[in-house]
Amino acid sequence: MTASLSLGPVPGARLGRINPVAQLAAMGVVTLVLLTSLDAVTPTVVVAAELCLLPAAGLADLRDLWRRTWPLALGATSVGLVNVLLSDDATALTGVGLGLRVVGLALPGVLLVASTDPVRLADALTIHWRLSTRFAFGALAALRLVPLLVAEFESVRLARRTRGVEAGRNPVAQARLIGGIAFTLLVGAVRRGSRLATAMDARGFDSGIPRTNARGSRLHPRDAAFTAGAVLVCALAVTLSVRTGAWSPIFVG
Amino acid sequence: MRVVARGLGVRHAARRSWALAGVDLVVEPGERILLTGASGTGKSTLLAALAGILDAEGTELTGELTVDGGPPRAARARLGLLAQDPDSQLVMTRAGDDVAFGLENAGLPAEEIWPRVEEALAAVGFLHGLDRATQALSGGEKQRLVLAGALARRPGLLLLDEPTAQLDPAGAALVRSAVARATADRAATVVVVDHDAEPWLPLVDRVVEVLAGGLVEHGAGWRPQPRTAGLQLAPAPDGPVLLTAQAVGFAYRGSPVPALPPTTAVLRGGRVLAVTGRNGTGKSTLALLLAGLRAPTSGRVRASADLTGTVRRAYDEPHRWRAGELVSRIGTVFQHPEQQFLTGRLRDELAVGPLRSGQHATAARATADALLERLGLSAFADANPYTLSGGQQRRLSVATALATAPRVLVLDEPTFGQDAATWREVVTLLAEQRAQGCAVAVVTHDADLVEVLADDRLALGAP
Repeated sequence: MTASLSLGPVPGARLGRINPVAQLAAMGVVTLVLLTSLDAVTPTVVVAAELCLLPAAGLADLRDLWRRTWPLALGATSVGLVNVLLSDDATALTGVGLGLRVVGLALPGVLLVASTDPVRLADALTIHWRLSTRFAFGALAALRLVPLLVAEFESVRLARRTRGVEAGRNPVAQARLIGGIAFTLLVGAVRRGSRLATAMDARGFDSGIPRTNARGSRLHPRDAAFTAGAVLVCALAVTLSVRTGAWSPIFVG
Repeated sequence: MRVVARGLGVRHAARRSWALAGVDLVVEPGERILLTGASGTGKSTLLAALAGILDAEGTELTGELTVDGGPPRAARARLGLLAQDPDSQLVMTRAGDDVAFGLENAGLPAEEIWPRVEEALAAVGFLHGLDRATQALSGGEKQRLVLAGALARRPGLLLLDEPTAQLDPAGAALVRSAVARATADRAATVVVVDHDAEPWLPLVDRVVEVLAGGLVEHGAGWRPQPRTAGLQLAPAPDGPVLLTAQAVGFAYRGSPVPALPPTTAVLRGGRVLAVTGRNGTGKSTLALLLAGLRAPTSGRVRASADLTGTVRRAYDEPHRWRAGELVSRIGTVFQHPEQQFLTGRLRDELAVGPLRSGQHATAARATADALLERLGLSAFADANPYTLSGGQQRRLSVATALATAPRVLVLDEPTFGQDAATWREVVTLLAEQRAQGCAVAVVTHDADLVEVLADDRLALGAP
């Protein structure tokens, strides 16, 4: 219950020098390939390449890596296990392949979050991909409230104990308690959100004037190279998979 | 910018009474004015009206209110706002970016933005660099940054809505000095709203008190009556020791620095222990240990046999007690009252504790009604706790802790941000509990509270 989950950028990560939209484009390529292939070879190659990028994202320390990815590891393992246990014709290899796909799909997200300041992400999305500033910076402001919510969960839980409300070991009571806490947090979040909206309004946010950007966001040759690298890795993965005879794309029979 | 109100009245949606009535006020450009008054008199409503952020749907306005001759909404581009809660006003992850946010919104080209950001940060005396993470700042520093963000837009009207209510004394002083420094050039008209007038007096030209019937302007040399004036608190004889913390310490898992270094405290019936110390010295952590909400990672908290009574397996450490056992022995009041509310009606809220500790429904209801009467909240018996004013919520949260008549009370900043009336009410309630033989532990920054109530003092972090 209290296992903590770290989020937010690692300061000074080298991968952060790649423009976020280039990272997103690479992520798109990888996603497309992984979603269309069902074998174990393709995701193995992709995941291996992604793992090579971990140090560049500042995630060389295993403990730090675990703090960021334990929900992912849990999810991938359960996807693999469930498929092996519940499906008649699934072998252990299929299970490993499915688990690896989940990892391969999620790791680019982990890399992006670890290497990139969310403000730079919003800058890049609004400048290069013309995403609405209202949406991008609104989401950015809301993101700041998430760590507060995590801290508040614990203090609301303790506050309930002082009122004589505690779940003990009864799972039904536990579910009810968590539901109650979630409601209290929700009420608090809505109030804080509306205060934040007022504060942003008072600073002229979304007032109809076209918004400028003080930091800018530049695309360099290295950004194109990064995306090209992702295409190359995927091509390599598919080639290897076809050569070894493992290739089984999703859209064939 | 010039502000003019004539016969202004405001009534919120679905309310019968006027939040504000008969307001006549003229503020000249460059003037600095303080709007003070007890909570619930409509100070904040007046400020919201000036900012043009009154909820338009259903809010009824009478009379006239203009900013520079036009409606407040039209003057929005030249408005600066600093509100109470430091955490719900910052947008960006780094200090410089946050100040730039308002300039980007105004459509300024990038090369004009950064000089203005630097200028605004210098004006408020912000010493950290542009890249400083906003999350790592203290409350006072955050407020200073929000002020810089407002000033960078070169506002003609600067509105400050209780900007220090959620800060410790050091943070509050920091914000006031930043305001004094940044508005010394008189480029903006400044309107401060705060129930605590005293600290603002050196900073403002005029003081206007908002009363139920309208405004009263105070002359030069006016000072608010001290909240401790004429306060008569019941004395109490010393009782037995009820709770002892023996060299208790607490460290979060994986954290090299303990949240609370080993500390010893004794809670005795009929006495109030005041725990003081700067932010980060572990005051609130000590409160959680004394209240049986967390287990200490070193040392022990022990309840006397008197307090333990018939607890299951005679555990003498409060953190081992079941919640239902804890609630009738140790009452706890958190810093933010709304985190403790469980029900949708005041009467039910007060009955929760007694019911959980095993009382019958009729007895619990009688207790709840008596407490409502005592607090002057009977008229709100069926209201939702969330709809109460801040002061009323505070009184309610203290009352919920008293409902089970616990012999030990632990309170974290019970007077934080409260007006004089609520302050006196809370202090009187605590003194009554002491006179009935309760042991009270108060964690606080409030020097007045310590002065009038403390029998024993514990300063954390003192060398």
